[in-house]
Amino acid sequence: MCLGIPGRIVAITDESRQMAMAEISGVRREVNVACIAEGPLEVLVGEWALIHVGFAMSRIDEGEAERTLQALRDLGEAQEALEAMTQGQQSLEAAR
Amino acid sequence: MKYASEFRDPALARALLARIAETADRIGATRAKPVHIMEICGGHTHSIFRYGLDKLVHEGVEFIHGPGCPVCVLPMARVDECVEIAERPGVIFTTFGDAMRVPGHRKSLMQAKAAGCDIRMVYSPLDALELARRNPGREVVFFGLGFETTTPSTALSIQAAAREGLANFSVFCNHITVPEPIRALLNDPDMMLDGFIGPGHVSMVIGTHPYDFIAEDYGKPIVVAGFEPTDLLQSVLMVLTQIVEGRAAVENQYARVVPEHGNPVSLAAIADVYERRPSFEWRGLGEIDASGLRIRPKYKAFDAEEKFGIGYATGRREVAEPEGCACGAVMTGRIKPTACPQFGRGCTPEMPLGALMVSSEGACAAYWQYGGARAAAE
Repeated sequence: MCLGIPGRIVAITDESRQMAMAEISGVRREVNVACIAEGPLEVLVGEWALIHVGFAMSRIDEGEAERTLQALRDLGEAQEALEAMTQGQQSLEAAR
Repeated sequence: MKYASEFRDPALARALLARIAETADRIGATRAKPVHIMEICGGHTHSIFRYGLDKLVHEGVEFIHGPGCPVCVLPMARVDECVEIAERPGVIFTTFGDAMRVPGHRKSLMQAKAAGCDIRMVYSPLDALELARRNPGREVVFFGLGFETTTPSTALSIQAAAREGLANFSVFCNHITVPEPIRALLNDPDMMLDGFIGPGHVSMVIGTHPYDFIAEDYGKPIVVAGFEPTDLLQSVLMVLTQIVEGRAAVENQYARVVPEHGNPVSLAAIADVYERRPSFEWRGLGEIDASGLRIRPKYKAFDAEEKFGIGYATGRREVAEPEGCACGAVMTGRIKPTACPQFGRGCTPEMPLGALMVSSEGACAAYWQYGGARAAAE
């Protein structure tokens, strides 16, 4: 929960809500980009960011993204984050 | 050096370990009279154990594992209040998965879910917002938990709910801040800390200046660090170098991610939505002044404490922690996890008694998972 995971912004999905699609270790997830936005959101497409609980918090370069992802994999935190994303998606559908 | 080969850059790790040893010798640090360095962040604790850094560094350097795991410092009373909210009719209670197994007095959220409450694990408060949009007839409550890394996410979510007029969304706010418990630890006369490794991702949000008091008022070095093992070793060396040079400053080893003044959008959202509570209870540490946040009155429609008349909104009562649980002494560095009478006996990751055993970022769970000390307990 406390460690961010690197993801690459692949598309802007909702300009007014500042939402974008990110690819995080092969998983696609909609994230909020308000904290890294400076001007038009389009410029973020292709950029890497550290993503915390669905919010892009800091732009990073590709090398930093790779190294951070490796460190998170070593700690088991990358898998935990990806499972949480799947779980979150299921929770939207789950009926009582 | 058996673990050093695991490092991405073993040569760099070896060079750093050699310089750490040399600097520790210059300080005169020994096993009997070590330099105590507290890593504040639970992610750093996990990394130290994963790579066995505590075994690799000079024997005169001792890591003290700080209170930087939000699940671990969550008091039982707050878990009880989560369960109470989840039991209300019509509520969908949403939480990060980490919090599901934290014991409460009556039950954990996991047990409440098994008993029929509609409790859902989500990845993000954005999922809770979406649930509120899809279920207008239900009350969707998000369990807002964490330090300054997750605080912007709930602040921005509350702002979004306000913009959309999403009246069935609220946050049960348990956000806490890093600097205040450090001040409380430094004020403890029993504390013997010589320096700090500062949190990386928290500092990405708040910048490095909130730690100035550590150097200026208490004369202790602090180095904000990244999460790779060589980041941590570099930071230990930077702390030791300050000590040997008789300096105390806030230094930033993780400048590639941590800006000096933090993230302005996040800080603005936090300031808009939250204000400091007079005090907040930490498991094992007790009430700490100004260490927790609450939702400002202008957003009270989204404050679960107000909406459900629960928690600090009702006036507080003291609730004791489980008998024999030494989480408090472990968290303040007075004892090692293995010295707790419950470690590995009444308290394991499968059946945690104390919160430090629940999360992979808790010191006890790290001791357990990465062996070593585990044998010493038996």
